[in-house]
Amino acid sequence: MSAPEGSPPAPVAAPATPGRLARWLDSDVWYSFRTSPVAIVAALIAFVCAFCALFAPWVAPHNPFDLATLNLSDGRLPPAWLPDGQITYLLGTDDQGRDILSALMYGARISLLVGLASVVLSVVVGVGLGLLAGFVGGRLDAFLMRVCDVMLSFPSILVALLIDGVGRALFPDAHEALAFSVLIIAISLSGWVPYARTVRGSTMVERNKDYVQAARVIGVSPGRIMARHVLPNVMGPVLVLATIQVGQAILTEATLSFLGVGVPATSPSLGTLIRIGNEFLFSGEWWITIFPGAMLVLIALSVNLLGDWLRDAINPRLR
Amino acid sequence: MLVFILRRLLQALVVMLTVAFLAFMLFQYVGDPVSSLLGQDATQEQRDQLRRDLGLDQPFPVQFAAFVGNAVQGEFGISLRQGQRVSTLIASRLPATLELSVVAAVMALAIGIPLGVYAALRRGSFGSQVAMMVSLLGVSLPTFLIGILLILVFSVFLGWLPSFGRGDTVQVGSWDTGLLTLDGLQHLVLPALTLAVFQLALIMRLVRAEMLEVLRTDYIKFARARGLHDRAVHFGHALKNTLVPVITITGLQLGGLIAFAIVTETVFQWPGMGLLFIQAVQFADIPVMAAYLCLIALIFVVINLAVDLLYFAVDPRLRIEKSAAGH
Repeated sequence: MSAPEGSPPAPVAAPATPGRLARWLDSDVWYSFRTSPVAIVAALIAFVCAFCALFAPWVAPHNPFDLATLNLSDGRLPPAWLPDGQITYLLGTDDQGRDILSALMYGARISLLVGLASVVLSVVVGVGLGLLAGFVGGRLDAFLMRVCDVMLSFPSILVALLIDGVGRALFPDAHEALAFSVLIIAISLSGWVPYARTVRGSTMVERNKDYVQAARVIGVSPGRIMARHVLPNVMGPVLVLATIQVGQAILTEATLSFLGVGVPATSPSLGTLIRIGNEFLFSGEWWITIFPGAMLVLIALSVNLLGDWLRDAINPRLR
Repeated sequence: MLVFILRRLLQALVVMLTVAFLAFMLFQYVGDPVSSLLGQDATQEQRDQLRRDLGLDQPFPVQFAAFVGNAVQGEFGISLRQGQRVSTLIASRLPATLELSVVAAVMALAIGIPLGVYAALRRGSFGSQVAMMVSLLGVSLPTFLIGILLILVFSVFLGWLPSFGRGDTVQVGSWDTGLLTLDGLQHLVLPALTLAVFQLALIMRLVRAEMLEVLRTDYIKFARARGLHDRAVHFGHALKNTLVPVITITGLQLGGLIAFAIVTETVFQWPGMGLLFIQAVQFADIPVMAAYLCLIALIFVVINLAVDLLYFAVDPRLRIEKSAAGH
C-alpha cells in the first residue's frame, strides 16, 4: 500500500518523501472514508459524543453534581419543546431538578471511560496470551485454547456479571476507585477471547516466516521477537476488533449499571441514568429514561458502524 | 461417532468440574461462612465446633469432594440473605425462567426464519429492506432498552399489556406455570418479546445470508432446471441447507437467552432465577451465586452437547466425513 510514485508532493512535505499528512490523505483508508457517507456520519456522531463527554465540565449547561445549583422546584420538567418545558433545561430535568442534557454528558464520560479502559485491558490480555499461545505452541497453546473455548461458550455478559459478583463479595465495602477497577476488570475479562484467537492464528502464520527465522538465527531472544517483530504484524485485525468491541464494552457496562452492579451510584453512567429513569416511566416522565437510552444507542451504533467500515477498508477481501 | 461423543462428554465433564471448583473457591475464600452463621460475638470454642461440624477442618481435596457430592445432589446450603435452602429457592424460580426462555426461543425461530427467507427471496423489495433495517436496530439495541421501550409503548402509552410480574399462575404437579391462564399469558408477552428481539434479528439476518449463499449454488440451478416448483426449491432444497448454521447459532443462543433473561427479568420484575441471581450478586450471597453458576454451566454444557449431536442428524456430510476419518 505504498503511495504512488507519480503523486505530486504536498506543499508541506520535504521534496524527497511526502509528509505524513500527505501520505495519509493519499492512502486507501482515507479514500474509502471520504467516499463512505455512513462512515462519515458515524465518525461525526462519535466525535460529537466523545467531545461532549471529554469536555463535559465546560460544554454542559449545568453541573448536575453541584448540589448548590439544584432546585427541587425545577424537578421533573419536560423537554423544552413540550408545554411547561424551560429553555434552560433543553431535555428536561429528573426528579431532583438535574438537567438531563448535562447528566447525559457526564454520564457518557463515565461510559466511554469504562468502555475504553476495559477494551484496552482486554486487548493487552488477549494479545499477550494469543502471542504466547501462537508463538510457543504445544501444551500451553492447547491449554489456552481450551480456556478460550470454555469462555466462548458462556455469554460475555454472564462472565462479566460473575466476575463482578465475586469482586463485590471479595471487597464488600469497596470505595469508588476499587469499584471502578472491579467493573473494568470484569468487562475486559469477558472480552479478551476474540483477540487471543485472532492473534494466535496470525502469530502461527508469522512464526514460520523468514524474518522471524532470521531474527532467531542472529540470536534475538524469543520475548523480543514476539514483542518487536511479530506483534506489529498481527495488530491489524486487532485494531478492527477493538473498535467494534468498544461499542460492545459500552453496552456491557450500561447493562451492568442498569442491573445495579456497575459503576458506583455517586458517578452515574448512561446505564445508571436509565436505571434511575426507569422508576419514573409510569408517572409519565419518559424523558428521564429515553434520552440516556438514545445517547447510548447513538454511541454504540456509531462505533459499530465505524468498526464495520474500518474492517472493510483495511481488508477488502472480507467484504 | 461414538469416539466423538465420548470425547465431548469428557470435555463437558472437565468444564463442569472446573466450574464446580470455581464455585467451591467462592465458598472457601470469599467471606467466612463461620462468622456469617454465628455472628460477631461467638466464642472461639463455638467457632471451632462449627468448623468441625461443617467439615471445614478437613484437608482441601476432601472438602472439595464433599462439595461436589453435595452439588450433584443439588445441595448448595442456605442462602445468606433469605435464610432458605438454595435448592428450594432455585426450584421455585426455575419454571418462570424456563417458560420465559422457551417461549422467547420459539418466538424468535417462528418469526425469524420466515422473515429471513422472505428477505432473501424478495431481496431489494420495500418489505425486506424494512425488515433488514428493523433487524439492524434489534441487533444493536441493548436488551434492557428494548424492554423499557416496549413497556413505555404498550403499558404506559397504550395500556394494553401488563409490565410487571408473572400474573396468575397454575400449579401443575410441582411446576408453577403461567401458560395456562389468560392473565399469565398476557404477562408473558412483553418479557418474552424483549428477550426474543435480539435472537430474532440475529436468526433473520443469518437465514437471509445463508439463503442468498445457497440460492447461488449449482444444485439450486439444477433443481430449477428440472422444473421443480419455486416452493419445492426454496423450502425443500434451499432452506434445508441453511439450517446447519441456524441450528448452531440458535443452540448457542439458547444459553444467551438464559443469560439475558437476567436483564429481562430485572426490567419486568419477572420472578425467575435471573432476578434471584442479580439480587445475590448485589448482596454477595455466595451460596446462591455458586448454585446458579453450576446450574447455568450444566445447562450450557448440555446445550452444546445437544447442538453437536444435532449436527449429525441434520447434515449427512458430517456423518460420512467423521466415519471415514474414524476407520
